[in-house]
Amino acid sequence: MFAAEFAYHRPKTVAEAVKLLRKIKGSRLLAGGHSLIPAMKLRMASPEALIDISRIADLRGIKATKDGLEIGAMTTHAAIAASKAVRKHCPVLAETAGIIGDLQVRNRGTIGGSAAHADPGADYPTILLLLDAQFTAVNGKERQIAAEKFFVDLFTTSLKKGELLSSVTIPSMSSGASAVYLKHRHPASSFAVVGVAALVQLKKGKCADVRIAIGGVTATPVRARAAEKLMSGQAPTPENIARAADAVREALEDPLGDPYASGEFRVHLASVMTKRALTGLTG
Amino acid sequence: MASRILGSGIKRREDPRLVTGQAKYTDDIVLPGMVYMSVVRSPYGHARIKRIDTKKAAAMPGVLGVYTGQQLKEAGFGPIPCAWVVPGSDTKTPPYPPVAIDIVRYTGNAVAFVVAHGRSQARDAADAVDVSYEPLPVVVDGFKATQPKAPQLHDGVPNNVCFHWHVTGGDVDAAFKSAEVIVKDHIINQRLIPNAMEPRGAVAQYLGATGEITLWSTTQNPHIARFLISLDTGIPEQKIRVIAPEVGGGFGSKIPHYPEDSMAIFASKILNRPVKWTESRSENYRATIHGRDHIQDVELAAMKDGTIVGLRAKVWANLGAYLSTASTGIPTILHGLMLSGVYKIPNIHEDVYGVFTNTTPVDAYRGAGRPEATFMVERMIDLLAHELKMDPVAVRRKNMIPPFTDGYQVATGLTYDTGNYEGALAKALEMAGYEKLRKQQAEMRAKGQYLGIGLCTYAEICGLGPSQVAGAVGFGGGLWESAIVRFHPSGKVNVMVGISPHGQGEETTFAQIVASELGVGVDDVEITHGDTEKTPMGWGTYGSRGTAVGSGALMGALKKIKDKAKTLTAHLLEASVDDIDYADGKFFVKGSPGKSKSIQDVALMANVAWNMPAGLEPGLEASSFFDPPNFVYPFGAHIAVVKVDAETGEISLERYIAVDDCGKVINPMIVAGQIHGGIAQGLGQALWEGAVYDDDGQLLSGSMMDYAVPKAAFFPKFELAMTETLTKVNPLGVKGIGETGTIASTPALYNAVADALAPLGVKTINMPLTPERVWRAIREARS
Repeated sequence: MFAAEFAYHRPKTVAEAVKLLRKIKGSRLLAGGHSLIPAMKLRMASPEALIDISRIADLRGIKATKDGLEIGAMTTHAAIAASKAVRKHCPVLAETAGIIGDLQVRNRGTIGGSAAHADPGADYPTILLLLDAQFTAVNGKERQIAAEKFFVDLFTTSLKKGELLSSVTIPSMSSGASAVYLKHRHPASSFAVVGVAALVQLKKGKCADVRIAIGGVTATPVRARAAEKLMSGQAPTPENIARAADAVREALEDPLGDPYASGEFRVHLASVMTKRALTGLTG
Repeated sequence: MASRILGSGIKRREDPRLVTGQAKYTDDIVLPGMVYMSVVRSPYGHARIKRIDTKKAAAMPGVLGVYTGQQLKEAGFGPIPCAWVVPGSDTKTPPYPPVAIDIVRYTGNAVAFVVAHGRSQARDAADAVDVSYEPLPVVVDGFKATQPKAPQLHDGVPNNVCFHWHVTGGDVDAAFKSAEVIVKDHIINQRLIPNAMEPRGAVAQYLGATGEITLWSTTQNPHIARFLISLDTGIPEQKIRVIAPEVGGGFGSKIPHYPEDSMAIFASKILNRPVKWTESRSENYRATIHGRDHIQDVELAAMKDGTIVGLRAKVWANLGAYLSTASTGIPTILHGLMLSGVYKIPNIHEDVYGVFTNTTPVDAYRGAGRPEATFMVERMIDLLAHELKMDPVAVRRKNMIPPFTDGYQVATGLTYDTGNYEGALAKALEMAGYEKLRKQQAEMRAKGQYLGIGLCTYAEICGLGPSQVAGAVGFGGGLWESAIVRFHPSGKVNVMVGISPHGQGEETTFAQIVASELGVGVDDVEITHGDTEKTPMGWGTYGSRGTAVGSGALMGALKKIKDKAKTLTAHLLEASVDDIDYADGKFFVKGSPGKSKSIQDVALMANVAWNMPAGLEPGLEASSFFDPPNFVYPFGAHIAVVKVDAETGEISLERYIAVDDCGKVINPMIVAGQIHGGIAQGLGQALWEGAVYDDDGQLLSGSMMDYAVPKAAFFPKFELAMTETLTKVNPLGVKGIGETGTIASTPALYNAVADALAPLGVKTINMPLTPERVWRAIREARS
């Protein structure tokens, strides 16, 4: 189908993009276009103008610094999946990027586009929440937003009107920490029905740093704090893991449901997948 | 050479143009002055149209006209005809107006249409047509619609029951009285969306000066389309040309004659311009027919040793809001008559209720009726095995019809052509390593792991079919085929056929047949199809009939060519016709193979006609019509091996084994391709696919984001084998293979999952077998 009529701009710099975004009422930023364009074709979205930022060179690329990784918002999933720096410093991010959608989606879709769209079934929000990522927003000046503050609601972030997400910074993982992202994929859309991201740092047989983030179940991805607490400082025994997996449910209020998977089932899956993630990381 | 080309898996000649983008589909047709049509569709499942305001839309840029159902009616465009009314079934055929006039009966029902210079202008204007509706109560379920107080769709169709049809063989009540064991189930063969890769489309070009209309259409059967269009548009048949250019799959969904054909023709007529309409995928999900949607209450009666004595069933077939072209034949003739499966079931009775609901019309979808029959029978066999604690293979063997070559009549009245069901089953079991699998299953069960092995032994009715039977069962057309074979002076060949392949590969297989029969090179043969002006009358491609019936016509024409070639050779070699023999492309005098003429020599001499025997016409061309004496009944045995994760409900398909018998195999690669695609679609039904409406008649599975069409990566490599049991129904002994995959794979997979979960006490889960449904079934069985 055809989108309603819209104007199209392709600024060359971030400053120019921000200026256009401020100037044109009803304008939207266009990144990889894998969420916005389908919505426009179905006429569920009809922006006055699209500001295509996908070709702004400053918004692309991956930098490894001593503190972690800085990834330009317009870096594609494929680029992240293939990046040596990401695979070295944060392999779980590369692995996650490599299972998003399909090859075509990964070649077009961008980390910034996915994060800013905040689809509850997207993979990046969950893994970025797990990794304590920082989001950089630009509107004249720069502002840092922590992952936990970034995802506000269904398709809603804390980005303000006129702000452009320019990069995502991922702190280095502490030594000895390993992380995994498990996904129950929707057979039609390939979105995560449930995505479980877990990170465990083992010290002398006990869990030092434990983080669990769950996506797909609720309006935004959430950290399963109660479960994390249960594991923290404990040995990863099957009993402890089972207790933590059960406690994941506490974080999952008002679960989403659709004809494929009800809220109740998503919560159940999240619990089982947490058990498997923790078992895999500590086994 | 002859023996080599037939049965050789040569590459499909269709593919180079398809994979390089040089194929021309309906949407690729561009004509001077062409304008675009967009359809306004009902957002309601059931509503009265109070007012249609077209003023705003009509004033929009580029708009040439906005039209309603009333205008169509006034122009003499009648209701869409139902072409299959099963006799003895009190079928009610309420009018199916191409564009709704007073009442809309499903979401997607057309209410108006717009024509504009540009595609997006038409679409924008369609959005601007202002329709006021008064919502009416909705019913979407085929059983609930028959219950008291259900919303009523059509005048004169009480309780929404379009027809009650039944099939009876033997004395089923007596059989049930004598039975030692009875198993029952409530089966839902869920609604499916066909999902042809190419959505539908039409380009209509009316020439006012001549009164001729040309319709480029995404149809599986251009000749039927022409016939039906002549009936409901009033344009005489000889003035109508229907062209099916490249058609990107159909799976049955492109058999029907659709409302958009009428709209495009009307608009072209009124505007005197070519009008193009191309369906969007969202439109396709609502406006193109759906398949299946069968609710079945089934009982199987047997003795303790596993001998089946009777099958009794009651079925509610959801037909949707209107009767699509072939809709009533599917749950009756193509379903009810196949309830004996591959077994000796002496007593059968089934009542079938065809029911109107506020949903997209239901018609043929790959398998069409036979998957619903096979699922029922194969599921009941497994339930019986489970009840009697017998191996499902043993129950099948106990009741299986023994091999036959001269027809076998089942209780429903059909006479199967040929079959060796035990042969196919034995081969499949051997390939699967069945005994070993059962051992492995026992070991895994001991460890709390769930491996399941599922079987389906099937036979199906296809190669539709004898025209006399078509008439007797109420099909509004014939079911024969035709072919013209034309040899050119250079010895090259054009063949024109009545079938209209759209992915089945008959351009390749028919060229192989010609090459094999007359010794020309396979590349010397061009096959033309899909154009009513270029091809002889034929009834199209569906019901796995393209090769099964179409090759009969081709063989008839080739025989005439061969006979004429013999006569001419005899004349040229001054021999008697009786002394002329044919082998490997050469006509020769018996005993002196050196004295010969090639088919190319004959083609040249016949075309120049310098030296024809008295009474022999010039040219080397023949046409033939073939009406088969019976249907064909391909068969086979499929085995699915699954693992079920009892914690998450996830099913993983470990292996899939398919042994199919479609008689003589002309091109094994094409046959395998048909089997692969069919299996994928059948497994799609078992595991992922399902059209879901909410109670307001909204299609919840309204896009490919929600409706899971399986992807190649979902499957293991299928393990295929074929047996060859020839039929006598057509000259080559071929049977259809297009639908066996969807017929066999759904029950095989389902039985495997049920087998895996049997230790947990799980018996019935509704399809698709999503992880949640499996998880819930396990949880219920455990509690």
